[in-house]
Amino acid sequence: MPTLNIIQAVNDALRLEMRRDSSVVVLGEDVGKFGGVFRATQGLQEEFGADRVIDTPLAESGIVGTALGMALYGLRPVPEIQFADFIYPAMDQIVNEVAKYRYRSGGQYACPMVIRSPYGGGIKGGHYHSQSPEAHFIHTAGLKVVVPSNPYDAKGLLLSAIRDPDPVLFFEPKRVYRAAKGEVPEGDYAISIGKANVTRVGKDVTVVAWGAMWHEADEAARRAADEGIDAEVIDLRSLQPLDLDTIAESVRKTGRAVVVHEAPRTCGFGAEISALLQERCFLSLEAPITRVTGFDTPFPYTLENEYLPRAPRILKAVREVVAF
Amino acid sequence: MRRVRDIEEARKKKSLAGADPAAEAARYEREFPLLQVMRDDGTAEPGDVAMADDEILRLYRWMVLGRELDERMIMLQRQGRIGFYVGAIGEEAAVLGATAAMQERDWIFPSYREHAAALMRGMPLPTFICDLLGNAGDRMLGHQMPCHETWRQGRYASISSPIATQIPHAVGAAWAARLRGDDMVALTYFGEGATSAADFHTALNFAGVRKVPVVFLCRNNGWAISVPLEKQTASRTIAQKAVAYGIRGERVDGNDLFAVRNATRRARERAAAGQGPTLLECVTYRVEGHSTSDDPRAYRPPELVEPWRKKDPILRLEKYLGWRGLLQGDDSQRMHAEAREEIGRAIEEAGRYEAKPPLETLFYGVYAEPLWQQREQLAELRAAAASDPGVVAGRPPA
Repeated sequence: MPTLNIIQAVNDALRLEMRRDSSVVVLGEDVGKFGGVFRATQGLQEEFGADRVIDTPLAESGIVGTALGMALYGLRPVPEIQFADFIYPAMDQIVNEVAKYRYRSGGQYACPMVIRSPYGGGIKGGHYHSQSPEAHFIHTAGLKVVVPSNPYDAKGLLLSAIRDPDPVLFFEPKRVYRAAKGEVPEGDYAISIGKANVTRVGKDVTVVAWGAMWHEADEAARRAADEGIDAEVIDLRSLQPLDLDTIAESVRKTGRAVVVHEAPRTCGFGAEISALLQERCFLSLEAPITRVTGFDTPFPYTLENEYLPRAPRILKAVREVVAF
Repeated sequence: MRRVRDIEEARKKKSLAGADPAAEAARYEREFPLLQVMRDDGTAEPGDVAMADDEILRLYRWMVLGRELDERMIMLQRQGRIGFYVGAIGEEAAVLGATAAMQERDWIFPSYREHAAALMRGMPLPTFICDLLGNAGDRMLGHQMPCHETWRQGRYASISSPIATQIPHAVGAAWAARLRGDDMVALTYFGEGATSAADFHTALNFAGVRKVPVVFLCRNNGWAISVPLEKQTASRTIAQKAVAYGIRGERVDGNDLFAVRNATRRARERAAAGQGPTLLECVTYRVEGHSTSDDPRAYRPPELVEPWRKKDPILRLEKYLGWRGLLQGDDSQRMHAEAREEIGRAIEEAGRYEAKPPLETLFYGVYAEPLWQQREQLAELRAAAASDPGVVAGRPPA
């Protein structure tokens, strides 16, 4: 089994699906000849031509709006937004058009597509190359939101996303784009969207994370083990649909939960998970559900490692929750 | 290196942008002349009409139906029977002439005044009225406010209220058709207000760069709610905006059915032949308010409207049909009466449905299959309704 990084796994999934299904097209800024600024679409235009791997003009609203029209006509577009920070010009198309098209037409039309975008901080990108905008899209009914943390999941989830009947936001953790390596099967396999992954079994506390922050959560759990704390770690993988059963089952067992995300805390997805857990697991809880998150500021440049919920901050929260 | 003064001199000579506003306006009117086939008195050169008489009469009937429908629905709104209405009074030639010029297989991406085009594409009139009522017969399950109809069988896309968002959709669909090798040209409608929106620019730009087979049809009716054309854009015409995207722009008399239909047909042929998109400006006028939600007297002197009432596209076509002997005696009144009867029957039929779609339809179509959240919330709503019927009836608190 070859060892790939996340970029290679994404590329592998796109190539495989474009070979299998002639209706799949890729479009975005620099995705064609150049193969994308992170090289996720490298070599695709050579193989599939400039009509299926489309270098678009520089306008995110146009990229998503055009993809919507393609989807209505029966294509499976996979638009790329170069950085998640630049998705906001396409917000109206995503929120008011893509998300609502099936609903507002009474099911007459649908516009399945996968909007891929590198997200998250830790690459010295400042405000505009670091944001984690997932909560906006989870809050919009009609969209699915998927965030892989490793190459194996990236390929399997992307294949599922392209075959999904609903529009999917697919956020790729660019901080670990190349750092996260792992064995990825050749050929076709799928990981169901909506299934969380319990990556570490433990009995004392549940740590929930996704994307780049799963790596921090995992490191915190390892360090906690050295201190005799047995943490269970859940990689959410899919934020909408949310695998609440897996999280709730874990928290009923451990009685404690720490939710980690790098987006700002207020109205971040951790707030929703926290609310759901207190609704479902109230009588099992031994300590307040705790969030370890980015702060309520724009994403900073110099102090980005202080801003991000790195392993030491997660570990501190784990200790406090266990000692409560 | 050219000095600033040299450039200014050159501008003056060539009448480039910024030289002399009057010369500028004249230049664009020259470059984008108002194409007209039917004169104001209803006469036309037979060779220019390029439509069979029975086709003209068929379109005349649709224009009459559209007008009568708009007038009746505005009445229904005033009576409180429907919540909202936005129509196309005075713009029927622009709406129907364009759709009539397209092939049946072509897709239409409407703005929100093109109801008559949906009907011409086969949407049954009672179904349209059910949509206005949001009742159990509504094809959109009461999910949308009135006048946001979808008719997939007729390749008529879904309508949204945000402005200009449908324009890139048309580009995408046309791109997809070309990729599939289908002879399909997308037609999209929008108003002149939409030409200020980002999606207009991004769509024309994309379509221009890749020569995508689309017809961009602007119904320039002079008003975006209360904002007149001259406050919308400093361009003398809408058609000239095509220049910046490297595409063809044309300006036609939007109240002239033949001009609209023929220009759209030529644009379709060019698009299908790989010659790229056309921005077609149909110059018309919004003689009524924007919708039933505004009173134009608050922002527009009535005397501005009067000349346009005389240019009414239906009256003009009636003059032509009379001149040609295709309408005689009380033919016109009879056709208007027939349209009113058809609308009356459709209202009656639409009224036979339950006032509201079933409770569960609130959650239909959010996703292909409901997520646990929708299933749980439906159960919650049902339980609340079972414990107190006032939850469903919307009874005000005691």
